[in-house]
Amino acid sequence: MANAALDPHAAIATTASGAPDRLTTADGRPLVRALARSQSKARRRAFLLVAPLLAFILITFVVPIGQMLQRSFHNDGFSANMPQISAWFAETPAGTVPDDAAWTALAADLTASAEARSIGVVGTRINYDLAGSRSLFTSTGRKVRRGIEPPYRDALLEMDEDWGDPQLWSAMRGASSAVTGNFYLAAVDRTRDEAGKIVQVEENRRIYVTLFWRTFWLSGLITALTFVLGFPIAHLLATLPMRKSNLLMILVLLPFWTSLLVRTTSWMVLLQQQGVINDILVWLGIIGDGQRLQMIYNQTGTIIAMTHILLPFMILPLYSVMRTINPSYVRAARSLGATSWTAFRRIYFPQTLPGLGAGAMLVFILAVGYYITPALVGGSSGQLISNMIAMHMTDTLNWSMAAALAALLLGAVLALYWLYDRLVGVDNLKLG
Amino acid sequence: MLDDRNGDAFVAFEHVQKSYDGQTLVVKDLNLAIGKGEFLTMLGPSGSGKTTCLMMLAGFETATHGDIRLDGRPINQVPPHKRGIGMVFQNYALFPHMTVGENLSFPLEVRGMTKAEREGRIKRALDMVQMGSFANRRPAQLSGGQQQRIALARALVFDPELVLMDEPLGALDKQLREHMQFEIKQLHEDLGITVVYVTHDQGEALTMSDRIAVFNDGRIQQLAPPAQLYEAPENSFVAGFIGENNALAGVIEDLQGDKALVRLDGGGLIDATAVNIREKGQRTTVSIRPERVEFKPEMMSPDAHTIEARVLDVVYMGDILRARLSVAGSDNFVIKMRNTIGQTRLQPGQHIRIGWHPQDARALDPV
Repeated sequence: MANAALDPHAAIATTASGAPDRLTTADGRPLVRALARSQSKARRRAFLLVAPLLAFILITFVVPIGQMLQRSFHNDGFSANMPQISAWFAETPAGTVPDDAAWTALAADLTASAEARSIGVVGTRINYDLAGSRSLFTSTGRKVRRGIEPPYRDALLEMDEDWGDPQLWSAMRGASSAVTGNFYLAAVDRTRDEAGKIVQVEENRRIYVTLFWRTFWLSGLITALTFVLGFPIAHLLATLPMRKSNLLMILVLLPFWTSLLVRTTSWMVLLQQQGVINDILVWLGIIGDGQRLQMIYNQTGTIIAMTHILLPFMILPLYSVMRTINPSYVRAARSLGATSWTAFRRIYFPQTLPGLGAGAMLVFILAVGYYITPALVGGSSGQLISNMIAMHMTDTLNWSMAAALAALLLGAVLALYWLYDRLVGVDNLKLG
Repeated sequence: MLDDRNGDAFVAFEHVQKSYDGQTLVVKDLNLAIGKGEFLTMLGPSGSGKTTCLMMLAGFETATHGDIRLDGRPINQVPPHKRGIGMVFQNYALFPHMTVGENLSFPLEVRGMTKAEREGRIKRALDMVQMGSFANRRPAQLSGGQQQRIALARALVFDPELVLMDEPLGALDKQLREHMQFEIKQLHEDLGITVVYVTHDQGEALTMSDRIAVFNDGRIQQLAPPAQLYEAPENSFVAGFIGENNALAGVIEDLQGDKALVRLDGGGLIDATAVNIREKGQRTTVSIRPERVEFKPEMMSPDAHTIEARVLDVVYMGDILRARLSVAGSDNFVIKMRNTIGQTRLQPGQHIRIGWHPQDARALDPV
């Protein structure tokens, strides 16, 4: 051992035979394993250090979100409580006219479900697909508990003729399997007709696709506006002397530290028809008292308030990148013969791209999921998809629908992120 | 010398003043004429105004007062991109998002040259700095010395007649710096360009320049070729700033022409050449270079005064021996001896008499 330890070549001695020579340590163990062992303790300690955070994220973030997203394609409200008719749907192809076996199974399920007081859950599930059908189930439930005699088809039709509606049967078929893509179809304004074909919903019920487009279009517009407004400010911050730029920085950050609600409310005060800005315009005689501008409770309100709220997210990454750009680059460009515009366009601006990319990603992703501000100042034309998700969460209690919409939104954002990575490269992002 | 012929000068500063805050002048009444093809170095400590002068010449700062002329025409109102001056920056300022080739192409593109013409010039410029195969690299992939060469090539690629260099070698290690000094000098001679070079490194200034302008406190303290600057400094600042220097304070005892007799504050009488003193009784600082001090009687001029000295310590530095002496109350008197075979080795504590040729001791303004 002593000799081996003294021999400087021992540590990199290779096995005498064998084609791919493996490096070994002085005492003959493979180098790779020795390295892993020597680092394992440090690695264990490092893991222990992050373990609390990991557990926290798993419990409060990954699991609930996973559960929520699961609802978008899994809902057993109908299938668990109506097993016999679900089995009949499973055996027959889509569009099959319900036969005696189907009516018998339906009557049996309805009776059982009414006895178990789960008929409301069943009705709610069908109601998601066919509005107004919850009451059909509950009222029929009350009636079958008083007794139902064969032939079941006639008996049920007598209780309510809606039972003969092919759309109802199509909706029940859709709900008969716990795992379903129907919520995703609904989230893009599609549904299945009686024959099981995917078709668009009626014109007046198509809302989600429009809302998705509006969300992305408004988010893009807000991102562009924050860029136009934020770029000069970030440049000013980065080039002013430290004392002045610190003061300006506080002005940038001040709204950041103010409650979101306060900021949104102050926009209401400013922008409403009897608000400060309209009053000033009327007082200056620019507009007449009868022509007060509608600047809030519509898309304009959403754009103004969200641009203001998201502006720091654009300014800060831009600023942090601009501060590192040495002024000598622009000077060099100027001395090489470039006009100030060319120097800006070809030398300065390209170097701000990592900050711009980071800022644009931040603002866009935040804007896509924004909820409170559009809800407060958006009126009806300024609502975004997140407001619809919130509505399904709190009002209609159709969590599956909310989850499907959220999953689509998440998917779209991830797709954009992927696209960004392909085009620009995520390594080029600089947040600070 | 071009000092009094501003009319023919390629670059001329005429009574240039610069203030940033309206309270103090960073550059005070600068007059400087640079000839065509000259290598002029602006040397000075930081804050002496040398970089400000360069920036005014490049067009990044405007003169508060006075005229700057380039090839006869005033350029105060000409924006930097129309001055046609090449510039090498301290940190090279190579555009990080462009390849070496694109960096060199930039000044040619903004001048509207065709692709073929650009490629020819880029190749020539890269070959000139021996970086021909690096056109497709990014600046970040190059070493400091390579970046330096590219910065040089970029400043030269559009054939400017005047090239400004702002401490271009400051970030390189000693060996590379010396090598690059040589290369820059070589390029200057081959291309016949005019170079204005800013540095705070006196060694760099001495080895490269045709003339050196020593800046301090917003003024040019002396403008002279390197040898004259070193051997005949005109004031105490220049004497102290350039090279090593022994300064002895005293009073003029006698003055005849440029021959002065100085009574030192610490006792003793020495000979000196009067430089910027006018009358008897005036205070002065006598400046003597360490290598011009003699301690062997046979080497001294026979009619000169000598002075008592005590050896404090001797440092062996390889090529030379450096001894610190106590002379006339000052413990910072240094002499240098060549490390030759027969050289006398001084011992600490030894008492010797030292002297010098009167023209090597310069009686300057009191510090």
